Amino acid sequence: MTGGRSPLRALPIALWLPTLAAATLLGVPLVAIVTRAPWPTLAHDLTTPEVLTALRLSLVCSVLATTVSVLLGLPLAWLLARVEFAGRRLLRALVMLPMVLPPVVGGVALLLAFGRRGLVGAWLDRYLDIQLPFSLAGAVLAETFVAMPFLVMAAEAGFRQVDRGLEDAAATLGAGRMRVFARVTLPLAMPALAAGAALCWARALGEFGATITFAGNLPGRTQTLPLAVYIALETQPEIAFALSLVLLAVAIAVLVSLREHWPAR
Amino acid sequence: MSGDIRRLSAIAVTLALALAPLARADEPAVEHILVFAAASLAESFTALGKAFESAYPRARVEQSFAGSPALVAQIEAGAPADVVATADSVSMDKLERAGLLEGKPTAFAGNRLEIAVERGNPEGVRRLADLARSDLVVILAAESVPAGRYAREALRKAGVAVEPKSLEENVKSVVNKIALGEADAGIVYATDVQSAGGRVTGVPIPEDENVFTTYPIALVKRAAPRPAAREFQAFVLSGEGRAILASFGFSAR
Repeated sequence: MTGGRSPLRALPIALWLPTLAAATLLGVPLVAIVTRAPWPTLAHDLTTPEVLTALRLSLVCSVLATTVSVLLGLPLAWLLARVEFAGRRLLRALVMLPMVLPPVVGGVALLLAFGRRGLVGAWLDRYLDIQLPFSLAGAVLAETFVAMPFLVMAAEAGFRQVDRGLEDAAATLGAGRMRVFARVTLPLAMPALAAGAALCWARALGEFGATITFAGNLPGRTQTLPLAVYIALETQPEIAFALSLVLLAVAIAVLVSLREHWPAR
Repeated sequence: MSGDIRRLSAIAVTLALALAPLARADEPAVEHILVFAAASLAESFTALGKAFESAYPRARVEQSFAGSPALVAQIEAGAPADVVATADSVSMDKLERAGLLEGKPTAFAGNRLEIAVERGNPEGVRRLADLARSDLVVILAAESVPAGRYAREALRKAGVAVEPKSLEENVKSVVNKIALGEADAGIVYATDVQSAGGRVTGVPIPEDENVFTTYPIALVKRAAPRPAAREFQAFVLSGEGRAILASFGFSAR
């Protein structure tokens, strides 16, 4: 970043109040989770069969969603970064849309597309006997829909930063396109790709709206951690607080692991 | 998701209540009341609210609909509800034990269960026992909400073991997923089938397998007295209120 930093007192007095208010607004709810968490019974609350089931399912679904996002999203990101074609900006807008779309709308869209009566889902149901709603695959699909954009955006930025001179040099030395991609482009972009994958995974882990709308809520099959928090809040709030603490800790861990990628320090 | 929306609407109502006196200082005061009602009451209470507003022009009714345990949790957390109507006495008892109610809850309506299937009943569901068929996608309300608990009670009475594909967070969500064709069948209130207006078809459950449920209504304790809240409760219990409830398929209690 250009432009140096000033000492704290350079902040005009009039801006102190909104600044403090903003920090309070963002910070206090997180502090509340930590202070309200049922610390004495935490170990017990987090090892009940229902919680362990949701935890295991969440890990499986979020890892699968991240894997699908990497397999499908990396080529897409490379295309967006490196190839000039008509409709590129439109395609990028399409990729970014799920980031700003309310997740519950994503869930409705997935139902209308991949539900049993959906545009594609009716066909899947009739010819391949595949029903995605209420299935683990459906939960993965919902998480992928919402999380993949985070990977694609980070990866595209990563690919753009790779020095094309190095790629050209490799090509001059006889490497094929695939080999250049695998041995030069990919390693050079790796830090950005890893950051994108981590963000993508965190978003998938936290997915709620699209999942409960599209995949429903069944322990062991589609009831991921955020759904378990939501359901537990009504009947066993202590469990909901404990699970919220876990998800908060994971979110902080992801941010800490990404600190090298923060815009400026 | 919808929880956020409900909480946001509660906040919006609070703000509206706080700002209302400023906006209309010279007009006769309009009293806003906030009614929390079970998801299965959504249509009937919307109609009740409209009828009440025309009978009492000084009152404005805002309503928030959710599964009964969600309503209880929100009131326990300090949501500014004036009147609460739940789908079972378990939820209401919780509020009463917590000392959050003013006076005793009163039963105001009854309901019964029905099997909801896709419009026209393409799968030919005739009785609860059919829900055990492995070719059917059956969904139920989560056991945390009254409709889910009642559904399990009916299945127990009928001696039927069902493997639901999803445990929806409220009964309206069960109806909607059947209406969308994503699920084949579910157990909901008879009034939900009627309110769905032909989007789903109802299959009656015989009396010996059915569950007959009671809805209680009560005033929530508030710092300032709210005469309109008391009026609203009386209106629900009045002949006119009962007639509106009956028109939505609820039985008298």
